Amino acid sequence: MRSKKTVNVALVGNPNTGKTSLFNQLTGLTQKVGNYPGITVDKKQGTCKLGAEQTAIITDLPGTYSINPTSLDESIVLETLLDNDHENYPDIVVVVAEVENIKRNLLLFTQVKDLKIPTLLVVNMADQMDRKGISIDIEALKTILNTEIVLISARKREGIEALKEALLRYKAFDTTPLQSISDKIDKAYFEKIKSRLKGFSTYKSWLLITQKNPVNFISEASRTIIESFKKEEQQVKKYQHKETIYRYQYINEILKKTYFIDRSKAKDLRSNLDRILTHKVFGYVIFTAILLIMFQSVFNWASVPMDLIDVSFSNLSEWFKKELPQGVLSNLVTDGIIPGIGGIVIFIPQIAILFLFVSILEETGYMSRVVFLMDNIMRRYGMSGKSVIPLISGTACAIPAIMATRNIVGWKDRLITILVTPFTTCSARLPVYAIIIALIIPDNRILGLFSLQGLVLMALYILGFASALISAFLLNKFLKVDGRTFFIVEMPNYKLPSLKNIAFDVFEKTKAFVLGAGKIILAISIVLWFLASNGGKDFKNASQIVAEEAVSQNLTPQELESEIAAYKLEKSYIGKMGKIIEPVIAPLGYDWKIGVALISSFAAREVFVGALSTIYSVGSDDEGTIKQRMAAEINPITKEKRFNFPAGMSLLVFYAFAMQCMGTLAIVKRETKSWKWPMLQLVGMGALAYFTAFITFIILK
Amino acid sequence: MRTVADLQKGEKATIEELAFDEIPLALMEMGCIPGKQVVLIQSAPMKDPLYISVNGSHFAIRKETAERIILAKLLCDEI
Repeated sequence: MRSKKTVNVALVGNPNTGKTSLFNQLTGLTQKVGNYPGITVDKKQGTCKLGAEQTAIITDLPGTYSINPTSLDESIVLETLLDNDHENYPDIVVVVAEVENIKRNLLLFTQVKDLKIPTLLVVNMADQMDRKGISIDIEALKTILNTEIVLISARKREGIEALKEALLRYKAFDTTPLQSISDKIDKAYFEKIKSRLKGFSTYKSWLLITQKNPVNFISEASRTIIESFKKEEQQVKKYQHKETIYRYQYINEILKKTYFIDRSKAKDLRSNLDRILTHKVFGYVIFTAILLIMFQSVFNWASVPMDLIDVSFSNLSEWFKKELPQGVLSNLVTDGIIPGIGGIVIFIPQIAILFLFVSILEETGYMSRVVFLMDNIMRRYGMSGKSVIPLISGTACAIPAIMATRNIVGWKDRLITILVTPFTTCSARLPVYAIIIALIIPDNRILGLFSLQGLVLMALYILGFASALISAFLLNKFLKVDGRTFFIVEMPNYKLPSLKNIAFDVFEKTKAFVLGAGKIILAISIVLWFLASNGGKDFKNASQIVAEEAVSQNLTPQELESEIAAYKLEKSYIGKMGKIIEPVIAPLGYDWKIGVALISSFAAREVFVGALSTIYSVGSDDEGTIKQRMAAEINPITKEKRFNFPAGMSLLVFYAFAMQCMGTLAIVKRETKSWKWPMLQLVGMGALAYFTAFITFIILK
Repeated sequence: MRTVADLQKGEKATIEELAFDEIPLALMEMGCIPGKQVVLIQSAPMKDPLYISVNGSHFAIRKETAERIILAKLLCDEI
């Protein structure tokens, strides 16, 4: 036995048992979210001081109802517990159960206990026992289950110290399996397994045989033997079912003696709330109301911090301009890096506020009710009720939203959800919509109540959701991917949300945006800066050429500077690129300048506004000024306004559909492990954007 | 032959058999096992999905699954 100062502790438990609360209490700010090598499952780890000398590395394994995995996340649990050489192979497993669902929680406990790893049972939400009329004979349960049991209330931080003390004694834990289920099922069969697979316990061998996917940590010889057992598929399945039945019988027997509910004392919040929240009519009314409040708040609350960030970054840029010696480096910092970072940070308020809502809805248990309410509708579009969460999250940022598809069990459901999520109106589309709407839609009110501009924005949101649903419907028809899905969703008890859990959750999701999109936005801003600040001969001689032409025009020095900047942009590499694509985008009503903005916003949509401000040489990011310049822009051929109604609408439609987000493409590649799907999105959504923008322009012209 | 899909809201019954070609293990692990009492708590429009409670667990399943969970004829008070 290795002797070491750090103890590996694995937290295992059903979803909604408060396992994450316990993890947060134990590890606090030491926790880190990483990745398991080769797969996209979040690996949450942190450290915790157990005593004066002992430190524990706590791993929060994904929530699971059983050791038999149904999803990628859950397979991590099995793999960590089976592979003795795994770097996180636990010295002790803490199975987190919850007072009310203890029966089902114990199923997982008995499975883990049978693996002969020191196992400790934590019963969470012990503070609720009185209110629910529950009493447990802990001493008797300890004896029967042959384990330590600690009662805790993770949210109230009760019992945490007792748990730490118990963890310190991990070496003294009895690791005898609870009962010989194998004897009950088919003694001869399991004897055969035991005799052929040496070096593994019977239960471990059995688990290896029952898994669909082969595990990679066992020897070639053992694998061949396992495969030979796997061939009798029907029998394996039958025995697996028997195993579950026997385990429940065993648990029922135990709980009869140790677990008591006085139903007269129980106050049933769940059924009262469910009567309304999952109601056929009220359920949907309430859900719609919650969505409306959510979006309304995102707009209202985010605008103040966003303005603040906007101002701070332009001030920072100005300050650097003054302080740094003029030159390429100064330009890179003030025109490339700072605006690039600013372009990322400005979205944080909106994204964080939206995820705050999503997180609260999940924490309280309400989101499961939404899954229940929406499953029927979503299924018609080839998705599942669980797709609602990514689609709502997509209105903040598609990157964490796509990561949230991991708990959709069926591969086809999940793939379709991943593919259509980028249609939802994410934060980055808003600045683009805002400026174009302000240009082409009059600031009128309908019936003196609804702002026309606001209604157009709402229509764009609806367009986003509708196109997600329609494309899901088509993908479902034409996509040949197998993955029959079995739908089962737990309806957890309603809970008050825990601030700590929410804070960590919002932080993680916002971080996913900052790291996922941020790095790429920053890199592209720098490339764009280079392309915009370099060019051929005309570019270099810009000031001279413009000055000569401007002699007769009597320009103020400031106007002259603007003219030079505009001329420079036209002759820069990016200006040339805009000219090259002009023939392609002319049918949509755009000129080379809009072309430059389109190219610039390919990596991230919101760059559109910044690019336009440079193109129209306003020298500031002030929206009013950009708007005036854009409004004044004349199409030299038709002599009409460039940003007239048809061209503006065409642009709105283009931005609604086009896949202009490298961060999302990268995450889709990571989640689907193939370039095929992000490429399909890029090409498919691009073609759709082009085609619909073209039609829009033709019809309205 | 009645199934969980035929239950009225609030009605209780005992599970007799899981009549699947291939019983989903996850369903059994949730607690859905022959002999146990099942209660229909709520049904979504078109009676799909169904929100049920079995063996102390509360969860939602689709109609196609509910139709495979056969109920015993007699009402049962045992929990």
